[in-house]
Amino acid sequence: MPRRTMIEAIRDAMDVSMRRDDNVVVFGEDVGFFGGVFRCTQGLQAKYGKSRCFDAPINESGIVGSAIGMAAYGLKPCVEIQFADYMYPAYDQLTQEAARLRYRSNGDFTCPIVVRMPTGGGIFGGQTHSQSPEALFTHVSGLKTVVPSNPHDAKGLLIAAIEDPDPVIFLEPKRLYNGPFDGHHGRPVTPWSKHELGEVADGHYTVPLGKAAIRRAGSAVTVLAYGTMVYVAQAAAEETGIDAEIIDLRTLLPLDLDTIVASVKKTGRCVIVHEATLTSGFGAELSALVQENCFYHLQAPVARVAGWDTPYPHAQEWDYFPGPARVGRALVETMEA
Amino acid sequence: MADAGMLRFHVPEPEVRPGGAPDFSNVTLAPAGSVPRPDIDVDPRTIRDMAFSIIRVLNRDGEAVGPWAGLLSSEELLEGLRHMMTLRTFDARMQMAQRQGKTSFYMQHLGEEAVSCAFRKALEPGDMNFPTYRQAGLLIADGYPMVTMMNQIYSNEADPLKGRQLPIMYSSKEHGFFSISGNLATQYIQAVGWAMASAISNDSKIAAAWIGDGSTAESDFHSALVFASTYKAPVVLNVVNNQWAISTFQGIARGGSGTFAARGLGFGIPSLRVDGNDYLAVHAVAKWAAERARSNLGPTLVEYVTYRAGAHSSSDDPSAYRPKTESDAWPLGDPVMRLKNHLIQLGVWSDERHAQAEAEILDTVIAAQKEAESHGTLHAGGKPSTREMFEGVFAEMPAHLRRQRQQAGV
Ligand SMILES: Cc1ncc(C[n+]2csc(CCOP(=O)(O)OP(=O)(O)O)c2C)c(N)n1
Repeated sequence: MPRRTMIEAIRDAMDVSMRRDDNVVVFGEDVGFFGGVFRCTQGLQAKYGKSRCFDAPINESGIVGSAIGMAAYGLKPCVEIQFADYMYPAYDQLTQEAARLRYRSNGDFTCPIVVRMPTGGGIFGGQTHSQSPEALFTHVSGLKTVVPSNPHDAKGLLIAAIEDPDPVIFLEPKRLYNGPFDGHHGRPVTPWSKHELGEVADGHYTVPLGKAAIRRAGSAVTVLAYGTMVYVAQAAAEETGIDAEIIDLRTLLPLDLDTIVASVKKTGRCVIVHEATLTSGFGAELSALVQENCFYHLQAPVARVAGWDTPYPHAQEWDYFPGPARVGRALVETMEA
Repeated sequence: MADAGMLRFHVPEPEVRPGGAPDFSNVTLAPAGSVPRPDIDVDPRTIRDMAFSIIRVLNRDGEAVGPWAGLLSSEELLEGLRHMMTLRTFDARMQMAQRQGKTSFYMQHLGEEAVSCAFRKALEPGDMNFPTYRQAGLLIADGYPMVTMMNQIYSNEADPLKGRQLPIMYSSKEHGFFSISGNLATQYIQAVGWAMASAISNDSKIAAAWIGDGSTAESDFHSALVFASTYKAPVVLNVVNNQWAISTFQGIARGGSGTFAARGLGFGIPSLRVDGNDYLAVHAVAKWAAERARSNLGPTLVEYVTYRAGAHSSSDDPSAYRPKTESDAWPLGDPVMRLKNHLIQLGVWSDERHAQAEAEILDTVIAAQKEAESHGTLHAGGKPSTREMFEGVFAEMPAHLRRQRQQAGV
């Protein structure tokens, strides 16, 4: 099986989808001729022509708004917002229009769009290139939110998202674009070309939305993570020697609650890790769900490790970023509780 | 240069406020028939002045004059009159129903009937409108059943939208009427996207975007102009300037100079202004713009100069912010009366037939209302099931919603 970076896997997903379905169109800022600032769409315009892959004006509301109109017409737009930090001008279109079109028209019009956006920090991007806005989407009825953590999943999830009849927010952890990352910024990163999760099958396959994956089996404590934090959690488990079961959520909405509940009932402990700020983050929802569904099986309070409630700082990036040390501390405390 | 010292903040004000005498001296009207009708493939740079004049067909004597006249037969005009009268009657009945507590909310079109009724007749089946809440004439003129509209207004058991939408926020793909959003201006860029999709698909259908004067201040209006001009999208960009955005006069969105049509000039989009109370002029301009779009010549921006004679909505009291007599003073008159006079002038209509038509239309609307009310009104009779509330959020119901539906006991 060929090995690909997450960028190549994402590009391949669009390529496969565009080849299979003429209705799939791809556009966004710098997406056409140049292939996107992260090069995820490189070569698509040359292959499929300018009416299937093209550059958009720097106008996020326009990108999403026009995609909604295209979807209502019958196309399947897969658009790129250059960084998740720049989706705010499009937030109204995403949350009040895309999310509700099916419901408000009783299925008369639907909105099968995918909105891709690079998310998260760890690349010294400062406040406006590092945000993790997933909770702003999971709170909205009518949107699906996906966060892949490796090339294989990224391709399968993106194809599934493009084929999905509803709007999907596809958050790409840019820290993982070129390789997994264990949260130790000083340590060299294994590129995907040398990592087993870089194995990406050719052609069409899907990873179903709404299904989590168990990345590391364990019996002492359940760790719920997604995106970059899956690797940070793995590093923390190895470094503390705690027999943690690590669940990679992959899709935040719809959430695979069954996998979560089964694991926490087994381990009796739960640590939640995400990169977004703590307060009202998606971890709050996860924590509440674990309490509601596993209360009588819990042997320790549910713990959350997240970004601090500050804007994402530049120079202090690694103090902000929930690294293996912080996750490890939470694991130890949870085990001792 | 006077006053070079201290700066003063400027807030535009309308000419008059309640108690004052209405003044429309600032509305410069070109005489009917005086504005030329360029070919549809005209170089937009050569018709920039059309963004400042007003295309009019009907003159004071009810005659259709000039290069934009002569496109519609008497039968078509009689049909147009009937549509406008129907919309007006429909509005009156539904406004009353709202006052009687049969629904929560209503928005009428009084004085603006020509805009949507005439525009609809310039489109082909399969074209798509992205309307605001003041274009129900698009549905009426396309033969959408009034009973269905009322069912939606009443949120009753026969409401095609299952009680999920505010009254008057209709949706009908079949009738080229995109689902209305409560968020102003969002539909404008969506219309452009739809038009882009039609072009991408090498289709022949076009889109029409709709917005009010006040809402042109929203960024989505500007997004739409950028996308429409960049991709030469086959879309007609309509701006209905009815002078008021709730209590805010149009100068607040527009500033003190220029016109709404002139907003298109910076984008190289041919931009026209038309007398929105002149059925013939609206239809002719709509036809011109639609033909441009369909001939792959790109977008046209059309400003309909009209006046909202009624309240903004059933929750509004216009006497608090404008003179009561202002609508009577509006220099472009009443669209229904103007078309009626034209038809009389043509010898195909009379006061008697008009009165008779009014009575017939009222009967039809009342009959539709009775039928709709047999399915229930907002607070009485049949209503959509609570189960429906959980359906249709997604194509397939996810587990968490299924659990919530069970919790709700439906
Ligand atoms: C984004 C947004 N802001 C505010 C409102 C509240 N609102 C509803 S109608 C309206 C005035 C719109 O005026 P205009 O665009 O001129 O249209 P008209 O009502 O005159 O037809 C306002 C402010 C809204 N619905 N959406």
